Amino acid sequence: MAFGAFATTAAQSQAEDAPRRRSWVALVLLLPGIAYLALFFLVPLVSLVLTSFNAPGPSGAMGDYVPGFEWSNYVTVVSMYGEHIIRSFLYALLATAFALLFSYPLAYLLGVRLRRFPLVQALGVTLVIAPFFISFLLRTLAWKAILSDEGPVSTALHALSLLGSDDHITGTPFSVVFGLTYNFIPFMTLPIYTSLERLDLRYVEAGGDLYAGPVQTFLRVTLPLSLPGVVSGSLLTFIPAAGDYVNASSTFLGGTGTQMVGNVIEANFLSLQNYPAAAAMSIILMAIILVLVGVYVARSGTKDLV
Amino acid sequence: MAQQAFAESGADLELSGITKRFPGFTAIEELDLTIPAGSFFALLGPSGCGKTTTLRLVAGLEEPTSGRILIGGKDVTASKPYQRPVNTVFQSYALFPHMTVLENVAFGLKRRGIRDAAGRAHEALRLVELDHVSGRKPAQLSGGQQQRVALARAVVNRPALLLLDEPLGALDLKLRRQMQLELKSIQSDVGLTFLHVTHDQEEAMTMADTVAVMNKGRIEQMGAPQELYELPATAFVANFLGQSNLFPGEAVSSSGDLLVVGTGGTRLSVPRERAQRHSGEVVIGVRPEKILLHSEEPDAVAGQNVLGPGRVVDVSFSGVSTQYQVAVPGLGTLVVFSQNLVYGSVVSLGAVVWLSWGVEHGFGLADDPASIEQPGRFVDDTDTSAIALQQRAALEAELDEA
Amino acid sequence: MSAVGRFLGRFALPVYGVLAFVFLLIPIAYTIVFSFNQVRRTNIAWRGFTLDNWTNVCDDPTVCQSFANSIVVGVVATVLATALGTAIAIALVRFRFRFRSGTTLLLFLPMASPEVVLGAGLAAEFLTAGVPKGIGTVILAHTMFCISFVVTTVRARVAGLDPALEEAGRDLYASPGQVWWRITFPLLLPGIVAAALLSFALSFDDFIITNFNSGSFMTFPKYIYIASARGIPPQANVIASAVFFIALIVVVVSQLTTAARRKRLARG
Repeated sequence: MAFGAFATTAAQSQAEDAPRRRSWVALVLLLPGIAYLALFFLVPLVSLVLTSFNAPGPSGAMGDYVPGFEWSNYVTVVSMYGEHIIRSFLYALLATAFALLFSYPLAYLLGVRLRRFPLVQALGVTLVIAPFFISFLLRTLAWKAILSDEGPVSTALHALSLLGSDDHITGTPFSVVFGLTYNFIPFMTLPIYTSLERLDLRYVEAGGDLYAGPVQTFLRVTLPLSLPGVVSGSLLTFIPAAGDYVNASSTFLGGTGTQMVGNVIEANFLSLQNYPAAAAMSIILMAIILVLVGVYVARSGTKDLV
Repeated sequence: MAQQAFAESGADLELSGITKRFPGFTAIEELDLTIPAGSFFALLGPSGCGKTTTLRLVAGLEEPTSGRILIGGKDVTASKPYQRPVNTVFQSYALFPHMTVLENVAFGLKRRGIRDAAGRAHEALRLVELDHVSGRKPAQLSGGQQQRVALARAVVNRPALLLLDEPLGALDLKLRRQMQLELKSIQSDVGLTFLHVTHDQEEAMTMADTVAVMNKGRIEQMGAPQELYELPATAFVANFLGQSNLFPGEAVSSSGDLLVVGTGGTRLSVPRERAQRHSGEVVIGVRPEKILLHSEEPDAVAGQNVLGPGRVVDVSFSGVSTQYQVAVPGLGTLVVFSQNLVYGSVVSLGAVVWLSWGVEHGFGLADDPASIEQPGRFVDDTDTSAIALQQRAALEAELDEA
Repeated sequence: MSAVGRFLGRFALPVYGVLAFVFLLIPIAYTIVFSFNQVRRTNIAWRGFTLDNWTNVCDDPTVCQSFANSIVVGVVATVLATALGTAIAIALVRFRFRFRSGTTLLLFLPMASPEVVLGAGLAAEFLTAGVPKGIGTVILAHTMFCISFVVTTVRARVAGLDPALEEAGRDLYASPGQVWWRITFPLLLPGIVAAALLSFALSFDDFIITNFNSGSFMTFPKYIYIASARGIPPQANVIASAVFFIALIVVVVSQLTTAARRKRLARG
């Protein structure tokens, strides 16, 4: 599955021995796909960069911009939306942490403890990916209904006086982080499951043989060996969570005070038609993510990601 | 926790009444075994005979269904692997892939809180002549180097008992020889008790002081390698350790020092003290290299068994010796090894030959002839379904631990 | 270890697992249950059980139309992405070429980019180039983000394929074309099918990139997004539930076959 996308692949080694033969075949195989990606991935990035420097057009009409070199676009968006940027990464970080706490035990159960029951294991994996089978937006709306003021959770908390009469669950940072966590749990669980499922239990035995108790063995053997899964799952959760705008949107789990970078980009691009601002925000988002991911990957020592 | 200091010397291992059942089959049946301190003991047997299970029981990786395990007189049956003064050199080496060689070797010392773990680890690496690669990851080492690191990682803890699970299996012949010597010298240097499990008879015989041949969860025979080879007690041992020519027959007379057995229309003699059974249906045998080939009928001499005439049905040259298959009417096909003292084979295919051997080389087995199948051309020594079951059960047990 | 500790060690994790699965399934159950709700104006409060929504799915024509649109986009994008991605995967494993690491990076980046950036970038490109948004731009966009996932999925399969099998085919007088169709392709098929299913799922559920590049063209997720402001009709729940059950059956059947095969192997 593609959840190994960020994990190590064995594919490299074979190509190492592959002779430099019939390079035209390689070219024929590669060219269409690479050209496609260049045209619809690289060119769009370049065009985002260019758009981010555009200046307002002479007509001054909405959506009218001409090529320019307006560095000030960046200054403007950072001063206007700095708060949104910080909020996005904070929410994404929290969602990643919660998803990790939720997923690791589940992945351990599925990948190690249930190894001798292949059918139960398969069923468990199916249940983990089951949320993918139902629309992402409907899942989020379902949580909105469950957590809404009329929903069972709020009613119960109000009855227990754990929630003040003026307090709500939806529309708060809590519900946004909750929604982000829920929606990306499978992205976290599956890569961790994959590395734990492949974990050679003989290493665990060797840990026991070398005087490490269960806790020590877990911390020094099991956890480090499942680290590629943790790294991969964290990236698969953090990146889309940082750029998400559905959960934080006020018709979903968010409110006026929970807007994230994605909401800003969407509003500027699609409603306000302030393309330079949307483009500048996109570039900032992308740049921060690349830096954070680079640092994270370097520090966790998983070099074979790319 | 196992915070005790290093073992001063090797300790006795005592297994008493050990039985291990897995769902669906019994791996070990009522096993009693005592291994004296400081010895190099080999458990030899085919795959699925229960030898690896025995090792895992001693290591604490499996729990016996019944029976007790004592190390140095202390009952460890209920203790966890990390509480036992035992270390294992795993068959797969199980070197932690995310740690360097040095970290691997120092792992056990650090867990026990022993001071100067790194220094001792370097020392152990010097012992196996691998200190220069201490900074590498296991994946950057050759198979032989990994094996030596695994050995250092176990030895550095100075366990009372060192378990070796077919550690040489993955190595090529030359490396194996080198490692065998190295193991022997480490054992004499550090004075540990070694328990070595292997299916390779040559490895067991060259390295161990005592070999126990295991079959179907029981020990068939135990003793010094030479003793086992020269005087196998059962057909299984006779055929698993080297090759044998076996003759089922009836004890005709048992007077004096000799047991005379009638088989295939002829009579063969064995010294009485080399035979396990002295009356009724018996099986006697002789090793192929003890047999001499004659192109003419030899004169009957006292103290010699003579068979023939037979026909040479196969000749295969193997360097040091040549192996002949000789079909003798009434007795089937016998195997004869003959040293290549001259260029070319002594007798050629199709030749008519007589066979003789000194009576003192024969041996009599404890088996009932009815229970012996003459070994076929291909001896099936691996019951794959048993292995699969055992592995499955082993995995389940591991999972329970984890 | 105390008896309590042992008990916890054995059962704490399974109990946690059951609770975690319940949590994961709550919104799914909610969506399915409310596809059977009697609805007056909004589908929020439970008013009683009915099958009407299931029997009259297309009462709300936009729901059905957007669903059909999503299927068309999904199929076309899947076919394109699977073909392009499979070719790249084979080239990556089997050939050494100068820009290999560059190519790998180019394939990795779309997966490492947030969807808003991909969506906004494409929209900016289409805007600059003057391409009108519609079904075409949506298909182009979906194909783009599916390619990387196809490559990752198929590449693992190609790497696991013993090159000696193809050599054996050539040795046994098969032409290059015959080697591909009779040996390579059948062996890669499970990986290609998995990649295609994944592509379709990604495309079918995509909202963010679609939102930037669809103009007035409606897909099923986009319909839900727009309708969420005034209330989702129960027909949307019906379609989502039906899709859920179909996907579940596909996955369960394939998982069961693999698990059964593994079990047989373990038995020996």
